[in-house]
Amino acid sequence: MAKRIDVSDLNVYYGQFKAVEGVTMTVEPRSVTAFIGPSGCGKSTFLRTLNRMHEVIPGGRVEGKVLLDDQDLYASDVDPVAVRRTIGMVFQRPNPFPTMSIYDNVAAGLRLNGVKGRKKLDEVVEKSLRGANLWNEVKDRLNKPGAGLSGGQQQRLCIARAIAVEPQVLLMDEPCSALDPISTLAIEDLINDLKSQYTIVIVTHNMQQAARVSDRTAFFNLAATGKPGKLVEIDDTHRIFNNPSVKATEDYISGRFG
Amino acid sequence: MTTDTRVGSTSPGPVLPALGNPSRSRTIRDQVARVVMWLAFLVAVVPLVWILWTVVSHGGHLLMESQWWTNSQRGITSRRAGGGAVHAIQGTLIQAAVTALIAVPIAVMTAIYLVEYGRGKFAKAVSFMVDILTGIPSIVAALFIYAVWVTTFGFQRVGFAVSLALVLLMIPVVVRSTEEMLKLVPNELREASYALGVPKWKTIAKVVLPTAFSGIVTGILLGLARVMGETAPLLILGPYTKSIATNLFSGYMPTLPTMINQDRTELGQPAAVERMWGAALTLILLILLLNIAGRLVARFGSVKK
Ligand SMILES: Nc1ncnc2c1ncn2[C@@H]1O[C@H](COP(=O)(O)OP(=O)(O)OP(=O)(O)O)[C@@H](O)[C@H]1O
Ligand SMILES: [Mg+2]
Repeated sequence: MAKRIDVSDLNVYYGQFKAVEGVTMTVEPRSVTAFIGPSGCGKSTFLRTLNRMHEVIPGGRVEGKVLLDDQDLYASDVDPVAVRRTIGMVFQRPNPFPTMSIYDNVAAGLRLNGVKGRKKLDEVVEKSLRGANLWNEVKDRLNKPGAGLSGGQQQRLCIARAIAVEPQVLLMDEPCSALDPISTLAIEDLINDLKSQYTIVIVTHNMQQAARVSDRTAFFNLAATGKPGKLVEIDDTHRIFNNPSVKATEDYISGRFG
Repeated sequence: MTTDTRVGSTSPGPVLPALGNPSRSRTIRDQVARVVMWLAFLVAVVPLVWILWTVVSHGGHLLMESQWWTNSQRGITSRRAGGGAVHAIQGTLIQAAVTALIAVPIAVMTAIYLVEYGRGKFAKAVSFMVDILTGIPSIVAALFIYAVWVTTFGFQRVGFAVSLALVLLMIPVVVRSTEEMLKLVPNELREASYALGVPKWKTIAKVVLPTAFSGIVTGILLGLARVMGETAPLLILGPYTKSIATNLFSGYMPTLPTMINQDRTELGQPAAVERMWGAALTLILLILLLNIAGRLVARFGSVKK
């Protein structure tokens, strides 16, 4: 089910401002790809172009191609809503729907897309919560508000919500940056489990995390503030961390800048 | 760094003042500020309490009588005591309900448009017009409806015309309060919904509006409380009558403000004066109830904690 993403020559704009320039890369299916790079280099911006979330920002637009298997996501006959159903997203800050219970949060994606039937929903909710390693902690209080969980639990709830609609690809923008080390480990384990079924892209500022969870790592950088960010290189994680082909990557990873 | 902030022998003096009592001048300023604030508070509260006391002491006993809540003033001359206010209460409630029924959908949808969809010139123009509407004095709204309803179309002055004038006054209030509530809904929730492949209109209907629901309802109730006490449209468009009249489209429709106004013209008659205060107290109570309802909805809102 998992799909591959091919990006070629992508430029991303906020109005007149070009935030990301000339990205060409392939994201392999059933693997974890990590994006690293200094703050402001356009990791989030680029990530959000992969499921057309970028265009919900006023003035947001892209040039170039993004192929999901062989389908051009930006072709004129493609519905961005359908793209987002296929490519899910988990955000930096946990954002459960505050009016909904734990159950309703997980079921939200299906319900809002018109799926009815208690039995089907029950099944999906349990499966997704198990998939997100949260089932045992919440199975006795599914009707309690989702916002009443701890930060780490909320983030896993958001992951459950994202995988409940069975996307082909899961994008995660710094999913652990608001979490403590234990919750972080729980989510990293979860990412490891999920990659057998999904294509995962994760943005992180944590080098160890990138090294621990990802198969491939992409390093982004920008020449100066106000200049567009660029992809410096993408390679197997262990090569990026041990023997990168570009000097800037090595400098960044060894902490000499950024 | 131009100043040395280290604590040590090189710094010229202690970095922190000694941890003693606050200086004398600060104590004095503190006391003065306290006294001024208390005085301001009293100045604000005294008239309020005074009004309430006057209204309750003059009209309170009328509200204790059951006929106040069951009878109209039909057949009761101004010098006689007795009768009730039910005709005026009904009129006020009916007109308020119709006003809300018309104003709320328009106002809420305008607010949704402005916050969720509005970009560019047209949205700016709409927002600007809402601003203008906010500033319209109630008598101008009333005269405008009079000009359209009576002068242009040649209709009679009826309850519905009053409601239309109140609609003009209520819309900007509800647009602005709903806008504020919608803006309070974090963008992250909209994005979370989009990321699940939910279309925008459904995101608004199922995520944004429920999240803002209690705030929107509170704004509506407060807006309604606000227009329910409006008097100018009633004086111009809704003449008083002493009988029960519930038809919005024909005949005069009595309301609490016009009942007050009616009895005000008979200040020589003690019975009429009492009725005036009684009607005033009833109106205050109705508005108070709406306000309380608004606060309750805000307190026990839809956002689960
Ligand atoms: N909504 C926006 N409107 C205009 N410019 C934006 C917007 N969001 C981000 N930018 C700009 O785009 C550039 C890339 O930002 P982005 O958030 O993608 O960086 P990032 O690599 O994710 O940084 P971080 O690691 O701090 O999250 C920055 O220069 C930023 O100022
Ligand atoms: Mg970012």
